[in-house]
Amino acid sequence: MITLGQMLTLSSILFALSVAGIFVNRKNVLLLLMCIELLLLSANFNFVAFSRYLGQLDGQVFVFFILTVAAAESAIGLAILVVLFRERRSINVEELNKLSG
Amino acid sequence: MNPNLLLAIPLLPMAAAVIAGLAGWLIGRSASALIAIAGVAASCVLSCLVLKQLLDGVPVYNHEVYTWLVSDGVHMEVGFLIDRLTALMMVVVTFVSLCVHVYTVGYMHDDEGYTRFFAYIALFTFSMLMLVMANNFMQLFFGWEAVGVVSYLLIGFWYKRPSAIFANMKAFLVNRVGDFGFLLGIAGILYGTGSLDYQHAFADAPMLVGRTLQLSSTHSVPLLTLICICLFIGAMGKSAQVPLHVWLPDSMEGPTPISALIHAATMVTAGIFMVARMSPLFEYSDTALSFVLVIGATTALFMGFLGVINNDIKRVIAYSTLSQLGYMTVALGVSAYSVAIFHLMTHAFFKALLFLAAGAVIIAMHHEQDMRKMGGLRKRMPVTYWTMLIGALALIGTPFFSGFYSKDALIEAVGASHRAGAGYAYFCVVVGVYFTALYTFRMFFMTFHGEERLDHHAQEHFHDVAWNMKGPLVALAIPSALIGLFTIEPVLFGGYFGNAIRVLGRNDVVAELGRDFGGVGSFAAHSFLQLPLYLALAGVLTAYYFVLKRPDLATRLQERLSWLYRILVNKYYFDWFNENVLAVVARGLGKALWHGADQGVIDGVAVNGSANTVGWMSGIMRQLQSGYLYSYAFWMVLGLVFMLGWFLVRI
Repeated sequence: MITLGQMLTLSSILFALSVAGIFVNRKNVLLLLMCIELLLLSANFNFVAFSRYLGQLDGQVFVFFILTVAAAESAIGLAILVVLFRERRSINVEELNKLSG
Repeated sequence: MNPNLLLAIPLLPMAAAVIAGLAGWLIGRSASALIAIAGVAASCVLSCLVLKQLLDGVPVYNHEVYTWLVSDGVHMEVGFLIDRLTALMMVVVTFVSLCVHVYTVGYMHDDEGYTRFFAYIALFTFSMLMLVMANNFMQLFFGWEAVGVVSYLLIGFWYKRPSAIFANMKAFLVNRVGDFGFLLGIAGILYGTGSLDYQHAFADAPMLVGRTLQLSSTHSVPLLTLICICLFIGAMGKSAQVPLHVWLPDSMEGPTPISALIHAATMVTAGIFMVARMSPLFEYSDTALSFVLVIGATTALFMGFLGVINNDIKRVIAYSTLSQLGYMTVALGVSAYSVAIFHLMTHAFFKALLFLAAGAVIIAMHHEQDMRKMGGLRKRMPVTYWTMLIGALALIGTPFFSGFYSKDALIEAVGASHRAGAGYAYFCVVVGVYFTALYTFRMFFMTFHGEERLDHHAQEHFHDVAWNMKGPLVALAIPSALIGLFTIEPVLFGGYFGNAIRVLGRNDVVAELGRDFGGVGSFAAHSFLQLPLYLALAGVLTAYYFVLKRPDLATRLQERLSWLYRILVNKYYFDWFNENVLAVVARGLGKALWHGADQGVIDGVAVNGSANTVGWMSGIMRQLQSGYLYSYAFWMVLGLVFMLGWFLVRI
């Protein structure tokens, strides 16, 4: 039997990995999007874990919503990525510092 | 009294000034002159009306007409105090102003700035009327500064002459010194009585006696004396008393009508008027009055000396004005305020007359002011000759002329006084009589008698002046000759001033004179037994001997006493001291403050320093904004962690 604690630990590890991925990754914007997906999944994992622990289905229903939104978000993210690539001929994060104005 | 009528008195010249000044180019020269003259004439008639009403027993008018602002209980307002002192001044000011206006038509006839000139002198009349009609210190100060500004503008009327610009700047700066004292005096009044209103301040004056102002833990000064001396410093600036007299001789750079109106008859007497008006304050401070006395006596005698050696006809009269202002100040110093005002009035007439006559000579000579190039003008300009003779006789105090009554009463009042310094003052005013006669008749003989010394240019262009210049001379000659005869009894001994001038019983030298006064005739007869008359006679004879009989003697005397002559020519080195000591020190101090305090501390540390600090800080802070997504995300997470951590710790 997997305990709640174990599941939350796994979820935390996933979260930490994805956050680290956002900071540490300096090469590829695509990886950033993946890391964001992973971030959302770790949150979903929490929902599922607590849903099981409390014996209520509400949490699992939420997971579907979040997955839908995440899919829509990554669609938009990819679209932006495509435009970005067209514009700059690169998706290297090191070169994307236009936010500094 | 009708307040609208009173308002009209200063506002009519004001309106004329605005019209002539702003629309002068539109309406033309003669229309501008006409409007200015009409405005002042109306104001003169109304002033006479006011004086008549007061003489008929209409009560004193003392009301505010407009409240400018009220700040913490201090009222700043425009108001009129019309008593007999004010009314006398109003009549003198407007009458002399009117004569000068008419005279100007002839004098300034060929000048480009004709309409500008009329605008200025009408504005001056307005300012002076505001000054004398004030019922509070605020308005007094307004009028005081306004006449100063107009004086500045008019001294520099011919603004293309460097000497005129120098003179008007000098007048302005010296007056600033005096005005600073005046302002401190007004501040002292406000501090002591909590009000700027005359009536209120005068009522509180007895309570100020004995109060002191703590300067430091060990030093304190009597408040009332301090106030009075500060106010008198203002009067010293405006009325050109030693050592703030230096601007008045230089002010002769202005056109002659101005010298007559502003720098002889009216504005320079504002200080005398002010002290007389403040008599309820000055009466309670013997120290301040002794100060006034000594300053006045010094001015009266030592400025008279300078008149003797000058060769510029206007400057001789200017030094005479200084000396006469000194006489008035002496009268103030011995608490004979009414005598000071009486002398002010007679002096206004005969000194304006002398100036206008000198102006007529200058115009006839085609702008020549050097008396060494005149001489023998008696035949060429008889009206000017006779009117100037009347003015000169009045000035030296010939019996029955106006100057005689005021000056003799003044000298006797000084003689009767027991105030500290009165002995010195008595000596000064008596000796001054001799020198007054000497320089006056030296000027008179050099100008009108003896052989003609006109140069070729003047010879060719000589023309006697027209009647628009002779008219005012005659109009002024009449009061110069007669007004003393008719007014001495009511003004000095008949209680004319009533409550306008307050004298404590123990100081009242005028009342002492009044006990011996037996009518104008016996007053004159009495003078034949007195020294001043013979001194004046001696002065005239000396002038006659040196100018007409033995002109060579003067030159030899000048060589023999060359050290004295040098001191006199350099005007006791006052100008030298001001320019080489005061100005140099002040400029050095200014430069040090400019470089050290302003550029170093304020600019360097405060202004540029704080800007540099901000720039340096932001130079560091901008490093944070890299533009990289991951660093933003990092800071976001860091922030989140920090906030969550704080949240957890709080719980």
